[in-house]
Amino acid sequence: MTVTVDAAALALGDDALVLSHRLGEWAGHAPVLEEEVALANIALDLLGQARVLLSMAGDEDELAYLREERAFRNLQLVEQPNGDFAHTIARQLYFSTYQRLLYAHLASGDGRFAGLAAKAVKEVAYHQDHAEQWTLRLGDGTDISHERMRTACRALWRYTGEMFEPVEGLDVDWEGLRSAWLESVSAVLLRATLDVPEGPPSGAWSAGAGRQGVHTEPFGLMLAEMQHLHRSHPGASW
Amino acid sequence: MVTVTPLEAELLAVAGAVPDPELPVLTLRELGVLRAVHVRGTDAVEVELTPTYTGCPAVEAMSVDIERVLREHGVREVTVRTVLTPAWSTDDITDEGRRKLQEFGIAPPRTTRAPGPVPLSLGPTRTAAPGTSPDLDAVRCPHCGSAETELLSRFSSTACKALRRCLDCREPFDHFKEL
Repeated sequence: MTVTVDAAALALGDDALVLSHRLGEWAGHAPVLEEEVALANIALDLLGQARVLLSMAGDEDELAYLREERAFRNLQLVEQPNGDFAHTIARQLYFSTYQRLLYAHLASGDGRFAGLAAKAVKEVAYHQDHAEQWTLRLGDGTDISHERMRTACRALWRYTGEMFEPVEGLDVDWEGLRSAWLESVSAVLLRATLDVPEGPPSGAWSAGAGRQGVHTEPFGLMLAEMQHLHRSHPGASW
Repeated sequence: MVTVTPLEAELLAVAGAVPDPELPVLTLRELGVLRAVHVRGTDAVEVELTPTYTGCPAVEAMSVDIERVLREHGVREVTVRTVLTPAWSTDDITDEGRRKLQEFGIAPPRTTRAPGPVPLSLGPTRTAAPGTSPDLDAVRCPHCGSAETELLSRFSSTACKALRRCLDCREPFDHFKEL
């Protein structure tokens, strides 16, 4: 039997779903109350986007709760653990810049994602602003915050190359997206007195096969928690 | 050309009078989320509702409330459909809605000339006094009217609001941010 997989809807939907869940893990743990609320709000925006996108690919609940790890098509970047606050902000900076550029492009066309992208790009603009302001504040802050932000930006750099691997069903100039992303992120890092991490963001040593269903070890643990309730009590509702 | 029948206009007014579940001072019409009412057949009605934010959880409560008031109005079958296009904007909030928000203690969204977040430089999160900001007017304190206010958090009690504080009367307040 041949199963038709909606690669584009799954890629975009899984990115949003998985990052939403990661950000939700900050609830009760964020450094200050305002950040707790901010991260939860960003998670909620992403969850809303995920619901629309996964519904284009099939039943949203089945896709979220009943797929095995290898069937998820999200970037490895978004599944990386929250780490310290700097790691979460670095992940936000890298991903929100990518998502904003990608959605802006999809919104300008007349493809099937144009409607959602036009709506979501306005939400993501606030996510990117949030990440940029924190990057500036941490990078150009104390010695400790600078060092932590620098470490986080370097640690996650190897996951950024995967963002520009072509996705079947999306008509995007991926090289153009890559250079626009690099320009935007570099400008923020330099203003934050941080250096742009060295080393290729893709290549033999770098990570990135999430779009093919290959994920990093922490993702399995995350999925176990995310899917546990639904699998233990099929069909449960509030 | 889409024409609205008198019955559709009447039902739109009924559904539009439903209060927003999160901000009960506003009606759905004033919030600008009710897009259309279509009469299908004898007594079946389809309502088009657009969310403020993609993940806004209030949409379900709105749908239930719309179904209830239309049934009470004599419509037998009500279907509420969520539409994303064209995307909702804070510019869709009516003038009356803006006035009510202000009275409720929430700074209304400014009319956007360039939608999205207003770029801020590192450090100062205060809005400048009117005249010094090239794109948008200052966010005014809904309590004392001062233009001297500062941003505390880009995200507040709901995704659609930011948390600010007045530098004159010192009261914190929500600002319905521009989208």
